[in-house]
Amino acid sequence: MADTVVPAGPETAVEDIRLKHHFATSAQQMDADTLGMWTFLITEVLFFGGMFTAYVMYRNMYLGAFASTSQYMNVVLGGTNTAVLICSSLTMALAVRAAQLSNRRHQILFLILTMIFGTAFLVIKGFEYHAKWVEHLVPGFGFQYEPAQYAHHAQILFFLYFAMTGMHALHMVVGLGLLTYLVVQAYRRVFSANYFVPVEMIGLYWHFVDIVWIFLFPLLYLIGHRR
Amino acid sequence: MSAHTHAHLHVHIPKVRTLVLVWLALICLTGMTTAVSYLELGWMNIVIALLIAVSKASMVAWIFMGVRHTTSLTKLFVVAGLVWLGIMILITASDYNTRNWTYQPMPWANNPAGGLSK
Amino acid sequence: MATLTHGAPEIAASEVNYLNVEHGWKSWLFTTDHKRIAVLYIVSITLMFFVGGFMAVLFRINLLEPEGIFAAETYNRLFSMHGIIMVFFFLVPSIPATLANFLIPIMVGAKDLAFPRINLLSWYLYVIGAFLTMYAVIRGGVDTGWTFYTPYSSTYSNSYVLAAAFGVFVAGFSSILTGLNFIVTVHKMRAPGMSWSRLPLFVWSNYATGLIQVLGTPVLAITLLLLAFERIAHVGIFDPNIGGDPILFQHLFWFYSHPAVYIMILPGMGVISEIVSCFSRKRVFGYNFVAFSSMAIAVLSFVVWGHHLFVTGQSVYTAIAFSFLSMVVAVPSAIKVFNWTATMYKGSVSFDTPMLYAFGFIGLFTIGGLTGLHLASLSTDVAMHGTYFVVAHFHYVMVGGMVMAFMGGLHFWWPKITGRMYPEAWSKFAALIVFIGFNLTFFPQFILGYLGMPRRYHAYPPEFQALNVLSTAGASILGIGYVIPMIYLIWSLKNGPKAGPNPWGAAGLEWQIPSPPTTFNFDETPIVTEEAYNYGPLEEVIG
Ligand code: HEM
Ligand SMILES: [Cu+2]
Repeated sequence: MADTVVPAGPETAVEDIRLKHHFATSAQQMDADTLGMWTFLITEVLFFGGMFTAYVMYRNMYLGAFASTSQYMNVVLGGTNTAVLICSSLTMALAVRAAQLSNRRHQILFLILTMIFGTAFLVIKGFEYHAKWVEHLVPGFGFQYEPAQYAHHAQILFFLYFAMTGMHALHMVVGLGLLTYLVVQAYRRVFSANYFVPVEMIGLYWHFVDIVWIFLFPLLYLIGHRR
Repeated sequence: MSAHTHAHLHVHIPKVRTLVLVWLALICLTGMTTAVSYLELGWMNIVIALLIAVSKASMVAWIFMGVRHTTSLTKLFVVAGLVWLGIMILITASDYNTRNWTYQPMPWANNPAGGLSK
Repeated sequence: MATLTHGAPEIAASEVNYLNVEHGWKSWLFTTDHKRIAVLYIVSITLMFFVGGFMAVLFRINLLEPEGIFAAETYNRLFSMHGIIMVFFFLVPSIPATLANFLIPIMVGAKDLAFPRINLLSWYLYVIGAFLTMYAVIRGGVDTGWTFYTPYSSTYSNSYVLAAAFGVFVAGFSSILTGLNFIVTVHKMRAPGMSWSRLPLFVWSNYATGLIQVLGTPVLAITLLLLAFERIAHVGIFDPNIGGDPILFQHLFWFYSHPAVYIMILPGMGVISEIVSCFSRKRVFGYNFVAFSSMAIAVLSFVVWGHHLFVTGQSVYTAIAFSFLSMVVAVPSAIKVFNWTATMYKGSVSFDTPMLYAFGFIGLFTIGGLTGLHLASLSTDVAMHGTYFVVAHFHYVMVGGMVMAFMGGLHFWWPKITGRMYPEAWSKFAALIVFIGFNLTFFPQFILGYLGMPRRYHAYPPEFQALNVLSTAGASILGIGYVIPMIYLIWSLKNGPKAGPNPWGAAGLEWQIPSPPTTFNFDETPIVTEEAYNYGPLEEVIG
């Protein structure tokens, strides 16, 4: 795949303001920002990793109970949400590309599309949470479960379900806030081929949140409806 | 402020076609993982689900997040993060999976030959 | 104001420096200068150190009498708050957030850390965390121990677990941000010529610490969060009533907290390397080994956590593996001790105050590490787990090791940070007092533990009284040893003689710039042409 390699344009006054005083070159600043962002994402991997570890242990212990919860999971909504997030990742990638090409109109367009998908995800998630509440599937708040023999262990899964999807949703909310910031900045013509690191970094964050969901979907929704 | 020397930034701009193809693959794989989950394949179910999830995640990382064009340092960091997650899960699992290997409640109770005398 | 003066360092040294360049509280609370943030941290962690120390005074008084003086609940809250404050609000940030924050950019030849504003954010998070935890203290404290074990912490304790856990959670992010900043700085901000093999060992050890902070702390965060959810919902994944496993909490907790004990020692080891080399006037023996042992410790520290779970219900097979791996992690620690000793061998050793603390560190850390091996042996740990032997072990490494290193480092770099010298006689006297007081406090605890006195009880059988009284007496001496430096260091701020750029005749970039440094550290980015610790004869370098 031959990608275009674009040398940055001549330095402008704007560029000099963007270069923070303690860096020698823009390249150094960009390298540092990128490495910092990836390091941050590693901390996120381990943050969610704690819950995934718990999930693996309990799933091994209580596979039957875990499988039985699938009957309460809404595969259609979960699957739709997966698709919605994947779409938002595409538009995010396109927004970064538009910024790199100094295409301000496209950039704003794709950022807003990403926000729309992100909001759609949260709305759908909200409907799911509501359904769980109505069906008494929230641990600690009048939890009731059929088949009764699984009532205890299923509660563990639902606890993990709310912890994991809840943390994920929180990350989405933060992401939407960051996207709003990007739209405002893009509107003010801050980004160009010379300066797009914030768009790229927030893009990385957004994709990461997508990846978490890519694992949550099969692990929470698709455990056992073949039974 | 002293004058700064400016190195050129080398930026890899992905093609739209690549991005859309990845998106398509991700959507297809989502459908696939859902479909496969309705088949009765025993322990293969989870293996396939995870394989699909891992390949989806790798595509997002490799293309959307641009890992393929990053420095080897960044790649090393990504791998390290995953290895550390692996350490946590595998070693913890080693405990849970070997706890009952030799479990004998009060071994001295039914072993008159050895152990503690009453 | 903030512009750099051009010209020779002697002229720049004249008046303007990072301390007097701006005035007023705003210039401190909104600063992004890593040196000012380091000073903010020094003040905050010292405050927390004395709060935690005050609780230690109270429960040591309690232990003067076999039946205790306070109620059991009070005692439980005292030692828990002591542990939480000392671990999360003093030891973890102690050297990284203060000395390393101040020194790493200078040592690598940069103007600041890679992310100055994130550095400031990390201090604010620390303060917020500290306030949350102090809120818990004021409302009546926590009684779970610093380890927050479930199900006691999630279900039964009626103390202020949520506030304290949340405080630790927030402070954890402060620690993550510090580590992240160091990692990126060391990778991306090194001056021309500053190759990895020329980095001071202090930088290596803080880099390794940064890796642990970044890889471990998020797990603590999520674990405490799950604990908090469980406490709020009255049900959760660690709850045995619904089939949850409390030991899983311990796995996750120690996945962070064992590596965290190395957050609490690696930076100290870095300080000792600097001090030993300077006051022996020799390059650190086996530089490469010392540097890589830091990395080895960082990696290995993540695969030994199960030695805290030997007597819980963990599988014996996993326990055997953990026992073996714990022995392995002692190897790189031992390498360092041998190399410091070899550095002094045939060096021209002088006995300035920082070096006295370094001597203390080497001896006491060795005892702490060796007793760690006793505890890492499965069979002996069955007897010693939960006794004062463990308490003595970790105080030898944490107080005998890290706090000694912190004091040593503070005395070593105090002239750089403040531009002033402190009274030499007093400081040597205090170092001696600390050493004596420390051993009097904690050596008896080894014996108590060996005799079987359990930890975390407010009362004990009368035959243990003599040793406990000895320990409390030692603690008062130790306390005096910490108060004396407080007094003369503060005194020196105004009255100490001016230090000059390089009072010790030390090698290293930080000694080639004025004391205190200017805001951007260097007039021009330095170009490094020599290895670290290039010590010639003393007379040539002293300035
Ligand atoms: C030389 C390597 C070390 C080894 C092999 C080692 C081993 C151990 C073991 C096996 C225990 C568990 C004892 C028990 O609860 O039964 C323990 C406890 C502890 N160690 Fe170490 N240790 C080492 C170094 C350190 C260092 C450097 C620190 C801190 C700076 C440290 C801090 C602690 C703490 C805080 C505890 C007690 C935790 C609690 O409250 O239960 N250790 N150590
Ligand atoms: Cu440990």
